[in-house]
Amino acid sequence: MQHGSVLNPSSALATPIWHLFWIVGTVMAVVFALVTILVLLACIRFRSKKDAPTPQQRYGRAKLEIAWTVAPFLVLLFIFVVTIRAMQASDPTPSPGEQPDLVIIAHQWWWEAHYPGANVIAANEIHIPVGERWLVRLESADVIHDWWVAALGPKMDAIPGHPNFFWLEADSIGHYSGTCAEYCGAEHAGMRILVIAQSANQFAAWEKLQREQAPGASNGGGDAEEGAKLFQQLTCASCHAITGISENVQVGPDLTHVAGRETLAAGVIENSPENLKRWLMNPQAVKPGSNMPNFELTVKQVDDLAAYLETLK
Amino acid sequence: MSDAPCLPGAEALHETKVPVATSGILTWVSTVDHKKIGIMYLVVSLIFFVAGGFEALLMRVQLARPNNTFLSPNAYDQIFTMHGTTMIFLVAMPVLTGMANYLVPLMIGAKDVALPRMNALSLWLLVFGGIFLYFSFIAGGAPAAGWFSYAPLSEKAYSTSNGVDYYALGLFALGIGSIIAAINLISTIVLFRAPGLTIRRLPLFVWMVLITQCLILLALPALNASLSMLLIDRLLNANFFVTDLGGSALLWQHFFWSFGHPEVYIVVLPAFGMISEVIPVFSGKVIYGYEFVAGSTVAIAVLSFLVWAHHMFAVGLGHSIDVVFAMGSMLIAVPTGVKIFNWIATMWGGSIRFTTSMLFAVGFLVMFTIGGLSGVSFAAFPIDWQVTDTYYLVAHIHYVLFGGTIFSVFAGLYYWFPKITGRMLSETLGKVHFWLMLLGFNMTFLDQHFLGLIGMPRRVYTYPDLPWWGVLNMISTVGAFIMGVAVLIFAWNILISLRGGEIAGDNPWNAWTLEWATTSPPPPGNFDRLPPIRSRRPLWDLAHPEEADWKYGR
Repeated sequence: MQHGSVLNPSSALATPIWHLFWIVGTVMAVVFALVTILVLLACIRFRSKKDAPTPQQRYGRAKLEIAWTVAPFLVLLFIFVVTIRAMQASDPTPSPGEQPDLVIIAHQWWWEAHYPGANVIAANEIHIPVGERWLVRLESADVIHDWWVAALGPKMDAIPGHPNFFWLEADSIGHYSGTCAEYCGAEHAGMRILVIAQSANQFAAWEKLQREQAPGASNGGGDAEEGAKLFQQLTCASCHAITGISENVQVGPDLTHVAGRETLAAGVIENSPENLKRWLMNPQAVKPGSNMPNFELTVKQVDDLAAYLETLK
Repeated sequence: MSDAPCLPGAEALHETKVPVATSGILTWVSTVDHKKIGIMYLVVSLIFFVAGGFEALLMRVQLARPNNTFLSPNAYDQIFTMHGTTMIFLVAMPVLTGMANYLVPLMIGAKDVALPRMNALSLWLLVFGGIFLYFSFIAGGAPAAGWFSYAPLSEKAYSTSNGVDYYALGLFALGIGSIIAAINLISTIVLFRAPGLTIRRLPLFVWMVLITQCLILLALPALNASLSMLLIDRLLNANFFVTDLGGSALLWQHFFWSFGHPEVYIVVLPAFGMISEVIPVFSGKVIYGYEFVAGSTVAIAVLSFLVWAHHMFAVGLGHSIDVVFAMGSMLIAVPTGVKIFNWIATMWGGSIRFTTSMLFAVGFLVMFTIGGLSGVSFAAFPIDWQVTDTYYLVAHIHYVLFGGTIFSVFAGLYYWFPKITGRMLSETLGKVHFWLMLLGFNMTFLDQHFLGLIGMPRRVYTYPDLPWWGVLNMISTVGAFIMGVAVLIFAWNILISLRGGEIAGDNPWNAWTLEWATTSPPPPGNFDRLPPIRSRRPLWDLAHPEEADWKYGR
């Protein structure tokens, strides 16, 4: 997996910013070197010596003042021009009326994703076809969050009552991690993002799988059937959607295909049967402050629920 | 040019009939003397600096290793919120107000400030506002919504403890105190200057204090208005910022940053002023380009009101707004650069004495330049789209506020401590303090630029074990503890120097401004008589009658 880094762009939206950073960084380095060298030279050359005469008092020269006003101004003008170019490349203006390919809704502390064309709902792990530039509509269900996958482009705030749009594109197949970048409460740190860029075929297959109802408890054996019952009895279903069982609830992530995900709890732990049980046993120990309470389940209940959830590929 | 010992402020002092104790703690509690009030401002800021620093160390312990569990998320969130709030409102602002309070009347040859009782009121508003804010820790939880308390996270639905109420009311009290102090200092500088001390002859520190107080007068009411709205939302169920009931989350950001960006200059301009006093004296040369250093301050102050949305490049305001605010933000770099170049030109050709004060001033020049340059990278806003709200930003603000403000406050404290106490600080301990501080500071924050670039967001209580993250954070933590040791050495230096420091005399540095024309510490009423004021450097003129500034029309 590639962790999101500004230094390693993998998108035509992130690369211009990296180039801009190089240009501005070089200018910064030159100015810094100039200032530091002048300061050090002054410190060395003009260190006070015993019995030195009083230094000559110089009150200033207008020409010099104008020079060091105008020169930085010209440098900044140059930076301004390259800034505008990078802006246009990394955040092109969508054509009027363009519909989003993906709708992402940020929650405390997870990400909900809707694929409007395909009628698919996902959470935390965002699959996209490689090489395609998608328009994303970003919303928030509660407080301000911020979408940031550094390798793929600019960050964007998710603000309640103020939908934003940004472009999402990856130029090679791979996993790109990111994170919420606006402080949003207790588990801001546990609100990670995974973007999975797939070939067109793989992506189509994934989308098809997501549309189908998971086979569910029937092929998971007795434990899984018990677990399916528990899912309803223990009020799991009042926060989590599973297609065919509980729909239109998005308090917590949709679990219709939870077993097919790579991570749990918005990227905090890897998705393995052991970790799933650990999470169900006490979510607050894994992700303190998370909105999923500790239901104080028995070991048997946890095993049954996990067996059921593991069938939701 | 009169050399009569006419002392403005004397009348005000006579009119102020307050019970004045002559010994014990009451001399401090009941005082309206600007010097005592200034000292109390400094002591209060130092206490809160230790508190805020302790909070920083707790955060650095938690972040020393990936997936650490030293602090719970809730404790971490309270601590980082209180660290930021403390350092901005209870350290940076009051330490500068304290310096201004102590020094401005002395530097302009006045007996006291224009409104001595109001002066005491603003101090005590600070003290009680600060105590009130810290009381939240034992009253159900400190605020945990960050020092800029973005709505709707700061609203009742998401911040259920009373912490944010304490934050809003505490800062409200501090804000009133700051506004009163601003009115007071502006009146003092405008009305109480000694004869001959025209506005063009004001010491640059006084110049920058004047500009800063104008900024406070214009910016702090915006904060207090926003805090009132937040309180009304939280306590009376209004909906200014509650989005699901028609309020606007962005409105808070516009309100807050319309205060918050001038605030950056409020806590950095007086620091520029101190640097503009320290560098000339220890270089043995008059400040280079006085008019340009003063004029660029006015330019910065005006521009500071036109750049608030550069804190909001990632909220999706649209390209045209981003471009306008980027232009303003880049422009601020010009007057700031003018200052840096003038300070270097002042050193150039001088005879530089490397006292601790001068070391901190030179450290400031280089450290603040780093902060200023990384600031330009934010104004190139596609870069901001990547690195805002990351550790790159944490590094940037600390290079500005610590490398800038705090370094120059140390320069100022080493410079004026002899005037305030009558004794010199130990130069040996001072140099240890400086070098440890410089080392610790850069270890803590230089690597954080890189941490931000490789993806670490700010305000996270923990982080996964990704390549480089653990080691860079560990370096930061070690650096923070080195800074902690440096601060302890500084505190130790103050304690031993107060008792056994070398006696300073009136003018230990051969400085040129009026505060050095009286005893150390100055008597009540400040001056017995003033030297003639015919230029910007009255004491230089006395010492160098052949080359007096006034002969050159300065």
